[in-house]
Amino acid sequence: MTKLITLNKAVADFVKDGDTVYAAGFTHLIPYAAGHEIIRQKRKDLVLARATPDLIYDQMVAAGCARKVIFSYIGNPGVGSLRMIRSEIESGRLEIEEYSHFSMISRLQAGASGLPFIPMNQTAAEDLERVNPQYKRVKDPYTGKEVVVVPPLIPDVAIVHAQRADQHGNCQIWGILGEQKEAAFAANRVIITAEEIVDEEVIRSDPNRTLIPGFIVDAVCHVPYCAHPSYTQGYYDRDNSFYLQWDKISESPEQVKQYLKEWVYDLPDRQAYWQKLGLEMHEKLKVADRFSAPVNYGAY
Amino acid sequence: MMYTASELMTVNAARLLRDGESVFVGVGLPNLACNLARRTHAPNLLMIYEAGVIGARPARLPLSIGDPTLVSGSTAVCSMYDIFTLYLQRGNVDVGFLGGAQIDQFGNINATVIGEYTHPKVRLPGSGGSMEIAAWANRCYIITPHQARRFPKRVDFRTSAGFLGGGAERTTKGIRGGGPQAVVTDLGLLEPNEMGELILSALHPEKTVEQACQNTGWELKVSGNLRVTDPPTEKELRILREELDPTGIYLKGGQ
Repeated sequence: MTKLITLNKAVADFVKDGDTVYAAGFTHLIPYAAGHEIIRQKRKDLVLARATPDLIYDQMVAAGCARKVIFSYIGNPGVGSLRMIRSEIESGRLEIEEYSHFSMISRLQAGASGLPFIPMNQTAAEDLERVNPQYKRVKDPYTGKEVVVVPPLIPDVAIVHAQRADQHGNCQIWGILGEQKEAAFAANRVIITAEEIVDEEVIRSDPNRTLIPGFIVDAVCHVPYCAHPSYTQGYYDRDNSFYLQWDKISESPEQVKQYLKEWVYDLPDRQAYWQKLGLEMHEKLKVADRFSAPVNYGAY
Repeated sequence: MMYTASELMTVNAARLLRDGESVFVGVGLPNLACNLARRTHAPNLLMIYEAGVIGARPARLPLSIGDPTLVSGSTAVCSMYDIFTLYLQRGNVDVGFLGGAQIDQFGNINATVIGEYTHPKVRLPGSGGSMEIAAWANRCYIITPHQARRFPKRVDFRTSAGFLGGGAERTTKGIRGGGPQAVVTDLGLLEPNEMGELILSALHPEKTVEQACQNTGWELKVSGNLRVTDPPTEKELRILREELDPTGIYLKGGQ
C-alpha cells in the first residue's frame, strides 16, 4: 500500500499540538518545507528537538509554534546567533533543555535502540549536568567508576528529508548522515520528504544505501527543494547567503513577521516557494555532477 | 610582509599540527589552519569534521560545519553518533580545536552563557561538540583574539574542561584527553604550566609582554623560556590568500 501523500496532509494527520517534533538533519537535508507547513497549519505548544535548531526552529519559534526547545547548539551556523530563540530564552518565555551534541545524539540513540538509558564517559565539564537534571550518574557495575547517563528521546514525530524514497517509505540518503536514522527509529511517527520518489526497483538496486526502511514510516511526501536554504547533497547547494540574510531579518520582530507572511503564510506549498526564489537563485544553487563508481552486488 | 591578525593566528595554529595526525576540525580559522598545514609540513594530516566526514579534501572554503564540499572526495562519511563514539570517545582523535566566548586561567571554556544560567545576560550557542572534544581529544588548541573580556580569571559557566581548578584536578577525573596545550592569540601563545595554569610562552614579532598582560583578566605569568614566533612566511600567506580564502571571508579580520 502506498504511503505517498501531500506534505499538507502529512502535517495535518501526523503533527498535533503539543507534540515533541524532531526535524532531523545536521546542516544537510533540513526539512524546511515541513517546518513552513507546520507554521502554516498553526501548530502550537510544540516541543522542538534538534541538535542544532538552525533557522528552521528560529522561524517556528518566531511564529509561535513552540513552548520548549531541546538542543545542543543554538547558533546560526557560520554566522552567529539565532536571534528569535535567543531573545525568547533571555526573556524567559521559552523553556529549554540543553545538552552537548554527544549527549543529545545519545538520547536519540537510546530511543532508537529501545534502551532505558545510555552511558557516556565523563567529560569533567559538570556545569551542564548541574543545570539539566536529565543528566544522571550511575556506577559502572564492571569497574565501579561513575558514568554519565541520559534517558531515551522518543519524539512523537520525526521528519526526515531524503534524496530518494519509494512509495512505501524506503529511504536512501547519502552525504552527511547526521541523526537521520536515529531520529526515525526513535520517533513514534515518521514523515519522510524526498527530492525524488523512485520505483522500488531503484531502492533494491542498492540496498546498502537505504538508511530508513519503509515499514517504520507513516507518510512519504514528494517535496523537491524541501531543504532550501539548507541543501541536498548532489541536488542543490546550501544557500549561505540566506543564512546571512536571516541574521539581518531577525534583527526585528517586524521584519520576521513580514518574512513569514511573504514566504510562508502567503504561499501554498514548497513548489510556490521555489518558483518565488527565481531563476537566478536556481542557477546559483545548481551543482555539477560527481558520480560514485558503481558497485556489483552480484546476481545470485 | 604585512598580514592580518587572523592570518597570524592561523599560521601559528597550523604550525602546531604534526604530519600524520588526525584532527577534529571546525569551520573558520581552525579549518584554514588544518588545510594550510596539509599544504605545507603535514601532507598526511587526516581531517575529521564533526558533521561525520573523515579524510575531507574540501575543494572550496567550507562556510558551515556541514558544507557539502567536505563530503565529495572524502574517504568516509558516518553518523553523528559514530563520530562521537567510534572516533572521539574511543580515542581516535589526536587534536581538537575549541572556541568560546571566555577562556579562563586554567583553560576552561565558556560557550554557554554570560551571567546566570537561568537568567542569562547573554545566551551563547552552547556546547555543540566542544564538551567531548575538550575531554577526549589527545590534545586541544584554541584560537582567539587576545582581549581581557575573553580571558576572565574564572568563566561564568564551564562548557568544556581545561585543567578545572588547576593542579591534578583534571587527571584525577580520569578523562582520557590531555586538555588544552596552547591558546593561539594575536599577541602570542599561552601554554599550560605544570599546574595547568595558562602562561605566556611566546610572543609574535613586535608584540610585548605588557600588551599580553593588559589583555588578560588574571595576573599573567611569563615563561622563563619566552620565545618569539617566526613571522608568517610568504609561502604560508600565499596559500592562505590565493588557495584557501581568496575572498578573505575569515582572514580579513583584525589588523
